[in-house]
Amino acid sequence: MQYFIQQLINGLTLGSLYGLIAIGYTMVYGIVGMINFAHGDIFMVGAFIALIVFLILAALFYSVPVVVALLVMMIVAMLFTALYNWVIEKVAYRPLRGSFRLAPLITAIGMSITLSNFVQVTQGPRNKPIPPMISEVYNIYGVSISLKQIVIFVVTAVLLAIFSYLVNKTSLGRAQRACEQDQKMAALLGIDVDRTISITFIIGAALAAVAGTLFLMYYGVVVFSDGFVPGVKAFTAAVLGGIGSIPGAVIGGLLIGLIESLWSAYFSIDYKDVAAFSILAIVLIFLPSGILGRPEVEKV
Amino acid sequence: MTTTVSTERGSVAAPVKRAFREALYAGLISFGMFVLIVGLKTDQNIRNELVLEPRWGLLAIVVALTMFGRFAYVAWLQPFMARQKLADTVTGLMPASVTSRFFRLPYFIAALVIMVALYVVSGSLDGWLGAELAGYARFLRALALIYALASVFYYYRAFIHDHFSALGITVMIVYPVFVVLTLALLTGSMAGGFQGSLKWVDNFGIQILIYVMLAWGLNIVVGLAGLLDLGYVAFYAVGAYAYALLGTHYGLSFWILLPAAGCMAAFWGIILGFPVLRLRGDYLAIVTLAFGEIIRMVLINWRVVTNGSAGISGIPKVSFFGLISFDVSAPNYISKVFDIAQSGAYYKIFLYYLILALALLTAFVTVRLRRMPVGRAWEALREDEIACRSLGINTTTTKLTAFATGAMFGGFAGSFFAARQGFVSPESFVFLESAIILAIVVLGGMGSLVGIAVAAAVMIGGTEILRELDFLKVVFGPDFTPELYRMLLFGVAMVVVMVWKPRGFVSNREPTAFLKERKAVSGSFTKEGHG
Repeated sequence: MQYFIQQLINGLTLGSLYGLIAIGYTMVYGIVGMINFAHGDIFMVGAFIALIVFLILAALFYSVPVVVALLVMMIVAMLFTALYNWVIEKVAYRPLRGSFRLAPLITAIGMSITLSNFVQVTQGPRNKPIPPMISEVYNIYGVSISLKQIVIFVVTAVLLAIFSYLVNKTSLGRAQRACEQDQKMAALLGIDVDRTISITFIIGAALAAVAGTLFLMYYGVVVFSDGFVPGVKAFTAAVLGGIGSIPGAVIGGLLIGLIESLWSAYFSIDYKDVAAFSILAIVLIFLPSGILGRPEVEKV
Repeated sequence: MTTTVSTERGSVAAPVKRAFREALYAGLISFGMFVLIVGLKTDQNIRNELVLEPRWGLLAIVVALTMFGRFAYVAWLQPFMARQKLADTVTGLMPASVTSRFFRLPYFIAALVIMVALYVVSGSLDGWLGAELAGYARFLRALALIYALASVFYYYRAFIHDHFSALGITVMIVYPVFVVLTLALLTGSMAGGFQGSLKWVDNFGIQILIYVMLAWGLNIVVGLAGLLDLGYVAFYAVGAYAYALLGTHYGLSFWILLPAAGCMAAFWGIILGFPVLRLRGDYLAIVTLAFGEIIRMVLINWRVVTNGSAGISGIPKVSFFGLISFDVSAPNYISKVFDIAQSGAYYKIFLYYLILALALLTAFVTVRLRRMPVGRAWEALREDEIACRSLGINTTTTKLTAFATGAMFGGFAGSFFAARQGFVSPESFVFLESAIILAIVVLGGMGSLVGIAVAAAVMIGGTEILRELDFLKVVFGPDFTPELYRMLLFGVAMVVVMVWKPRGFVSNREPTAFLKERKAVSGSFTKEGHG
């Protein structure tokens, strides 16, 4: 039982990270209808910026309180990563809006290749390890939970709260939901569609940057190719939850995290990705539009 | 309305002022993007700790280049492009097109002279000019050669355009012969010609043709049936491992295993396709991606059979239908049969013709299938699935046949790949390969065989050529390695080409059924439904 709860906690930690990345996929899909393949690499860029900020802090100050360091890393990473995604949207996706459906997918794949190789060229191909930032571990009834995991839960919960407030209560969120339903009508009603889409990309990148910072803090290492696997898992999570649905992305993320850690705990660690992907395929066979996705009805 | 027009005029009339402003914005944005990633490099010191190493000079160069690029675009290129569209007020003629001004007879002659002169003295260049200037001279020679070739193509463009397929196939057939003969002339001996041709036939010819074949195979799934498949490389892997395992364990010949590998890949296509083909568009995309990753994971982890990430080596070579072998130890080795000097080049040239035949087979089957009921059903499915259903087409079996046919060609290409490398490992079958193949299909123009072949030649040949650009070392310093930038440039090229031509190089649709005469339909008139 303790072992099970232990694995549950590990799975939820991983799942929170996937959920944060998955929101970026699902929001962009909901509003523009494209798979933003570069999102995983945006997450990786976020982790690298956090790494560089960490090193700057370490070089400038003798000691910084961990909370302050983490906050600074997160905020700087959010800002710069958002700038990246904003530029990418402007350069690679906006000219192709309204073009045929595979064109933005190909530029997204191209951007993903560009970003990971850009980081490889500029920062080198090696693993980038940092010393552990937080090492406290608490032991509650035989279940050990580390402070790192608690930080991930808290940050994810706070961000999700802010984010759902943003989407459900503010005028920006209303504009987003309107664009999701019908861009032309939203434009007629005075919503600046281009701006709304830009902001969607910025928010998605900021969440991915937080996930990147937390990833760096949790694993203590990052490498240029780290964007792909978490990116694909998060995309899987978004599809599992029903792409376009924001609560679905979070649920899908937690599910994928749980499947992965429970499978590696009870069966074999080698096949954890196979398990995650197989369950995706099985779920989609029975629920063709994901867990919370609305079934699409095509009108003729 | 009037105000809009006047601001437009204002910005056209004073582009330099606007260009300064835009260049400043571009500089700020690029500074923001690159200040951390380019300006600071993370490096490990002796105690294995990460330290930062500032590179402000490089950052300044990058930002300055971005600013200059933006300035040039807004101040000069945009007004120039706008002027190109206006007719002259006096004569009423459109200005001469950029290409016709660029390709002129005097320029062509000058390029020829430079090229020939530099080839004649190429041996003594290093002695005269020193290593650095000689590097520039070789660069100039390459540019002159490219310009001269481009001029010839430009001059005969109408002829080339009319006979593109026939010319293309002829070029592909004579390519190895041409390479061997040219190099034999340059080195002065036949053996030298064969030895030097290895690189050109293997790295360029075979490499490009493998991608042409894969892209033509995927074209059946994506281009004709309109199903987005992100895991095509899985079938390639099935074919490669089928040949590698059966060939090494049972010693079966390539010619038996080629169809077997195709069948196996097609079988896997059906296995995958059966449950997932009722999914729509992007759901199908993620499941195929997942399938590709599952196959790779199994190849890595099922160590008993696949030998894990170490891969399988010692895969037998292909023989010429058992009559002529390319194994040096075999009694019917080619140089013993024909009594010629030993060389690895014969095998490469043979492989080149083999993959050419396989690729042309794919093209032939595609062309023929398009005229059959099943091919027409595929294309109808791509254009409108609901209409298909209401006309009584069984969409599930139609999609399945497309999936299986595409997978079969992937399997053929896979077994060829295993035979060519002599070694397979899961590393060759990553998602990036699927992405590259899909990119070639879309960049070429979905459904167009010619466009796809051109896209494969440009993208794969272009990145391979980067390996050859040694003179860049002279320009950027000795530790500059062009290979590092290969995939970076590939990604950038994907984005640029797609933004420039969203429907690919060849966006026309050639209908197979027509009344009276065949007319190409512009891609912008067609609308794809969601597959």
